[in-house]
Amino acid sequence: MIPKDLRYTKDHEWVRLEGDRATVGVTHHAQGQLGDIVFVELPPVGRRVRRGEKVAAVESVKAVGEVFAPLSGEIAEVNTVLEGSPDLVNKDPYGKGWLFTLRLADPGEVGELLDAAAYEEFLKGAR
Amino acid sequence: MSTIYDRGAPGRKAVALPSLSTSEEELLSRIPAPLRRRAPLRLPEVSQPELVRHYTELSRMNYGVDTGFYPLGSCTMKYNPKLHEDLARLPGFTGLHPLLPPEECQGALAVLWELGELLKGITGMPGVTLQPAAGAHGELTGMLLLKRWLEDRGEAGRTKILLPDSAHGTNPASAAMVGFSVVSLPSDRRGMVDLGALKRALGPDVAGIMLTVPNTLGIFEEDILEITDLVHGAGGLCYFDGANLNAYLGRARPGDMGADIFHINLHKTFSTPHGGGGPGAGPVTVSETLLPYLPVPGIVRRGDRFDLDWDRPKTIGRVHPYHGNFLVSVRALAYILLLGDEGMRAVSAGAVLAANYLKALLQDVYRLPYDRLVKHEFVLTGAGLGEGIRTFDIAKRLMDYGFHPPTIYFPLIVPEALMIEPTETEPKEVLDAFAEALRAIAREARENPGLLKEAPHGTPVRRLDEARAVREPKLRIRFEEKP
Amino acid sequence: MNPYLPHTPDDVRAMLAKIGASSVEDLFSDIPPAVRARHRPLGLPARDELAVGRYLADLARRSTGQELIPFLGGGLYDHYIPPVVGHILSRSEFFTAYTPYQAELSQGTLTWMFEYQTMICELTGMEVANASMYDGATALAEAVLMAARATGEKIVLVPRSLPPPVREVLATYAWGAGLALHEVPYGPDGRLSLGTIPEGACALVVPQPNAFGILEDLSGLKERLGKAFLVAYANPIVLAVVEPPGALGADVVVGEGQVLGNPLSFGGPLLGFFATRTEHLRRMPGRVSGETRDAEGKVGYVMTFQTREQHIRREAATSNICTNSALCALAATVYLAALGPGGLRRVALLAYERAHALAERIARIPGYALAFPGPFFHEFAVRCPDPAGAVARLRRAGIAVLPPEFLHPLGVRDAFLVAVTEKRTEEELDRFVSALEGR
Repeated sequence: MIPKDLRYTKDHEWVRLEGDRATVGVTHHAQGQLGDIVFVELPPVGRRVRRGEKVAAVESVKAVGEVFAPLSGEIAEVNTVLEGSPDLVNKDPYGKGWLFTLRLADPGEVGELLDAAAYEEFLKGAR
Repeated sequence: MSTIYDRGAPGRKAVALPSLSTSEEELLSRIPAPLRRRAPLRLPEVSQPELVRHYTELSRMNYGVDTGFYPLGSCTMKYNPKLHEDLARLPGFTGLHPLLPPEECQGALAVLWELGELLKGITGMPGVTLQPAAGAHGELTGMLLLKRWLEDRGEAGRTKILLPDSAHGTNPASAAMVGFSVVSLPSDRRGMVDLGALKRALGPDVAGIMLTVPNTLGIFEEDILEITDLVHGAGGLCYFDGANLNAYLGRARPGDMGADIFHINLHKTFSTPHGGGGPGAGPVTVSETLLPYLPVPGIVRRGDRFDLDWDRPKTIGRVHPYHGNFLVSVRALAYILLLGDEGMRAVSAGAVLAANYLKALLQDVYRLPYDRLVKHEFVLTGAGLGEGIRTFDIAKRLMDYGFHPPTIYFPLIVPEALMIEPTETEPKEVLDAFAEALRAIAREARENPGLLKEAPHGTPVRRLDEARAVREPKLRIRFEEKP
Repeated sequence: MNPYLPHTPDDVRAMLAKIGASSVEDLFSDIPPAVRARHRPLGLPARDELAVGRYLADLARRSTGQELIPFLGGGLYDHYIPPVVGHILSRSEFFTAYTPYQAELSQGTLTWMFEYQTMICELTGMEVANASMYDGATALAEAVLMAARATGEKIVLVPRSLPPPVREVLATYAWGAGLALHEVPYGPDGRLSLGTIPEGACALVVPQPNAFGILEDLSGLKERLGKAFLVAYANPIVLAVVEPPGALGADVVVGEGQVLGNPLSFGGPLLGFFATRTEHLRRMPGRVSGETRDAEGKVGYVMTFQTREQHIRREAATSNICTNSALCALAATVYLAALGPGGLRRVALLAYERAHALAERIARIPGYALAFPGPFFHEFAVRCPDPAGAVARLRRAGIAVLPPEFLHPLGVRDAFLVAVTEKRTEEELDRFVSALEGR
């Protein structure tokens, strides 16, 4: 459950890179840890964020998963479908459960992200 | 589950009230038209028997200490003596208005003064306020006292509160309400505050520390004197969360451990009923340093009269509009007077004996992440019992055995935590039966896990869908949807 | 001697053996010896139940105020409590339970919480309510903190005519949170006199009625406030016949619920109610019960939206509140169900009728007049040359009103407050008037 074509963070966000755009979501592992997701708090479009800054939250009934910006940039789009169907994060974390897209400020930061193999190693180590 | 709105019929009422001299229409017409109520007022319309049957039926779907064993960790669900209930219902206490002049309420002021003196003695601290209405309210009061003290010393730059990672959630929330930021201190392998980490965290920006003693693992901080010395040495103050006072009542005093602020949950240690979530009471005792900042009014004794003392120029002000939860204070006073010194020592003896006994009965079946002598409670983990079995399932299954589950998923430093506080008021047979139930559940987890996953089976409702309650919020009756 | 302890010496021996300890004292060896050595007992002997009962019954008798006929208000009022309320409250399945953490064993509590939330929403004209706060004053303080979080602003507009104890609690909380209180004066009619709304306001607080007993007109206020919150501090019995703040644009309605079936209790425990609009639900403090279904599709209730609360969100929680005032909220629920809409309206109008009858008679006594011409409900300020003397005359006739000093922080030094409820009889009103007339 760790797609090869994505990049990852140690906070369990995934990133899909397309030119100067990045789509961000939480990993299969993260949604599994939280359980049934009942609410997603999304940032306003246009907000400028720095890498590592808290930008969103994914809530289950008894826990809150903070989502941090994996890269610096400006929020370009948010997945408003999640407001009515937060469970998409559980059902399709890498697809319909995406959270937001970023217009990247510093593409050089991409090198800091983990690839699929490194994220898988990281998960093993965490266990 | 039906609500009171499902009963009754238009026009029914449960009380016979006096008549008006003027007609309702006439009186309503005297209220200026723009102020008059136009909105509908949909309240139930039931006869008295319907009313009583509905709430009696609801009560039968509840579980209290009087129903059975209620080992909710950190909540001290001990038996609530009945004498105290009668005393708290005396008309001389219930009927008294708090804004009467002090000379008209000498009895009530005497109760508050005497309880305050006893709490000072029990905690070994020279100042007290009975205003806080609950433990978290006491925490907030303590943080306000700390903030005022810092301001008074010109040290408002101290904005950090150190907090062990095992702390109750109310602690960081209370600190944040007065603008402090929270720095988490890791626990060490003993389950205690890591002294090295504490030393590294201390500095000129630290306002103080909030500690729970014994901590939420039920473990007494053996380095407590070093901890409070280090914090004082760095210019901070020490707040003790008194939720766990039952563990050492009558044997040790926070004032002797270096506490500057201490809150007491009267509804825990001093056996006042929890009321389905409240009211409780959270009096605060303080060290010499903080006396000038206590809330107003203080309650003082002058000769054989009691009075209110407003002369505290450095006070934080009021935290309660009157004198706190007075009727809770009445019950706590009765409890202390009845027990005396020896009875209070017996409380902590019984609570600690029961917790260690229950721990011994269970630790070969449930893993104990921090295996030490405990005080009034202990924390097991439900992890590793069986494939896919979670503590949640164990808790639900316990209901089928007739017990209220322990606190679960707290403290956060223990995965799948089961936090068990038996209190001193449970007979050995009950502790044995509870342990037997938990052992049986551990067997079921291996042999018939479905029993746990689908539990509870014998309760008024089966397992409830908490996710649905958030995804499709229904937080009140919506009348327009009624057929 | 502790009659609540079941452990016999045999039990203790068996338990210690299982633990592997030789004595109970061994179980306390982890408390540093220096700490144990410093312990001093209180010197308090144990007492029997009869002695404790006598002692406290004697203290209960010693407050002379209980023998007086109360015309006392200032925020708490002496209303009739139907005995059925107390009988239902004394079901120990209700009062010896704690917070309904385990929903399947707490359907009683969770169901009445849901009923209570419905009733509070109906009274206030709001969409959601929590399951209680400690008291009206702290509920108001929390409402203001919520307004500050929602708007990002720090100025609170507080009328001078807020009851002083409530105002003092609000001031303490506001100072703690770094908010500034700006005073809003009252006009010659005793009602709020709102000037320009300052830049940076997070909330305007409006008491309904205010500390003089006078009804405020909330219409049009929200339009003037813009994003700042309109926070009403309302008497729920008055709301039976007065337009609820929710219908007039209020963002939050809070108040003191003691009047709904709870005794005065020397000021505690009380009941803070808190209601707001759905859009602010995730900012609201306190517990909430919500309807859901069980595994078999049956309707049931759970505590919900818990991620707002301290046990999950910790320092980012909407409040630190944990223990609340549940049993007092149950009293309010049973009280409102017992009275129904007609009974509650009757209680409100009885208080209104009797208060106005008394006020008219007092105003006819030479030297006495109503302090303000604004419309009042069941409490009013009486202006006279010597309020302390008038209060003393009433006291000699066995009648209690609030000390005139209560009004001093409001800038009124020549008046005293009188509150009337449905419990005051014709005879008691006569006695009141006679005492002032000097007969």
